[in-house]
Amino acid sequence: MKITKKEVEYVADLACMEISEEEKEIFTRQLDSILSYMEKLNQLDTKDIEPTSHVLQTDNVFREDKVKPSLPQDEALANAPDKKNGFFRVPRVIEEN
Amino acid sequence: MRYESVIGLEIHAQLLTQSKLFCGCSTRFGSAPNTQTCPVCLGFPGVLPVFNRQVAELALKTALALHSDVPPFSLFARKNYFYPDLPKAYQISQYELPFARGGFIEIDLEKGGRKRICLTRIHLEEDAGKLIHGDGPDSVASFVDFNRTGVPLLEIVTEPDIRSPQEAKQFLQNLKAILTYLKVCDGNMEEGSLRCDANVSVRPCGQKTFGVKTEIKNMNSFRNVQKALEYEIDRQITMIEGGEDVIQETRLWDADKCLSFSMRTKEEAHDYRYFPEPDLIPVRIDGAWIEQTGRSLPELPEAKKSRLVKEYGISSYNAQVLTSSSDMADYFEECCRIIDKPQMVSNWIMVELLRELNRDNLDIASSPIKAKDLADMLKMMDDGLISGKIAKTVFTKMYKTGKKAAQIVQEENLTQITDQSELEKTIDNIIRENPGPVSDYREGKKKTLGFLIGQVMKASHGKANPELVNRILIKKLEDRQ
Repeated sequence: MKITKKEVEYVADLACMEISEEEKEIFTRQLDSILSYMEKLNQLDTKDIEPTSHVLQTDNVFREDKVKPSLPQDEALANAPDKKNGFFRVPRVIEEN
Repeated sequence: MRYESVIGLEIHAQLLTQSKLFCGCSTRFGSAPNTQTCPVCLGFPGVLPVFNRQVAELALKTALALHSDVPPFSLFARKNYFYPDLPKAYQISQYELPFARGGFIEIDLEKGGRKRICLTRIHLEEDAGKLIHGDGPDSVASFVDFNRTGVPLLEIVTEPDIRSPQEAKQFLQNLKAILTYLKVCDGNMEEGSLRCDANVSVRPCGQKTFGVKTEIKNMNSFRNVQKALEYEIDRQITMIEGGEDVIQETRLWDADKCLSFSMRTKEEAHDYRYFPEPDLIPVRIDGAWIEQTGRSLPELPEAKKSRLVKEYGISSYNAQVLTSSSDMADYFEECCRIIDKPQMVSNWIMVELLRELNRDNLDIASSPIKAKDLADMLKMMDDGLISGKIAKTVFTKMYKTGKKAAQIVQEENLTQITDQSELEKTIDNIIRENPGPVSDYREGKKKTLGFLIGQVMKASHGKANPELVNRILIKKLEDRQ
């Protein structure tokens, strides 16, 4: 096995995902088969090949440093579950010291 | 036991662009919350970032000025974590292939000599939003402003080469001077456009391995960096001497209470799962670009300092102060073009002008007295039109009113009296009114001359030419003997 159920739980936790016991089994099996395939690719000799940095064979696509209009405040906040005085309001993230 | 501290700094410099790193929202500071956002910087689904060319230009300037190696291309990576100030749940940063590697800044040591502080890397990343933690009925909430989200930052990481809080402060001052000379960052620590985090550990002198380090954040001035580091070093030494273990943690500096406390957050994961950002293609910097940008670099603080010492014959200390910003050095040089007395000019800038500016918390660029006006006033003094004492009065009035020296002198009739017959009348009066000191002088107590000169100056309201007074007075006192 390339991946354990414990690692699947860890990754799900980092991604803030709640998954059922049944899903843990399924994902472990599926991820294992993906990783096994990657292992197969690893058998290729890529010693003299430059790593691909991007699938597009281009670089330096720039925009000029020009200000464009932003969203009005009420539109920026339109989808917020909670807001106050122009701010997004979220559950407190820092504990009192 | 004696301990030494080992310090490495991570500096985030906000690059001086008009628009954000990957979208056209303004980077202006101090606007109403959430008025400088768009679907790109708010992390809406389906949007694509487009790189701001000016960011590459500013980063390249900085890398070249700091003697760093700029590889042919750099890549963006996603740093993944959940926090409310990060709307995409990842920060676009650079990881394996940063914009530049290596480089150094030299600092002057207190005990004399110079030291090279090496840099590990320089990379680009986008800033996160601003969080304000509520109080009272809102103490269960935090508030998010995304105006800052996506503003371009240059992260500069040093090697653990710094050995004292003083060295850290010196390093930061030199870095700030370089960044502001290059005009890539405004260097304002209070507004957060220059931020500094520090990794600190202590070890017994002579020990080769590092101690356990802590990370200190939230130090928003040079003075606070020094104070926070001194506090942390003391804290760690006290723990070790007391038999406790230093815990690896992040601590926040509280400038009001002058202490640091452990930062406890509800998001504890530090596994960022970096991977290449698929929405952005590499930034390629070729030799021609490097050469062109290299040619456009201005004279940097160290070079300017040596030149001022050589060209104007001022002391190294004066040159250090005058080159702390390019605006101040320009001010000095502009004055010297009008009045070729560098020592006098540097003294007036460093003593009189900086005192006023520091009191009012002003930059020299916004000084009410412009370089030409100060130089014109100094020239009037040097030409003997006004006395040194009057010059100070005129200076204060110029600073308060923004008027030119010539106008103030004329309006208030402050021109130095160089008319011999007018002065003789005043001196005759003083000799008549002070028979005691006069006879003392004539009996050999030459010290009373100073008193008599003072009386003449007072009677002329400071406008008499002191040299002339001196000459006439001596002549009259000795003649009658």
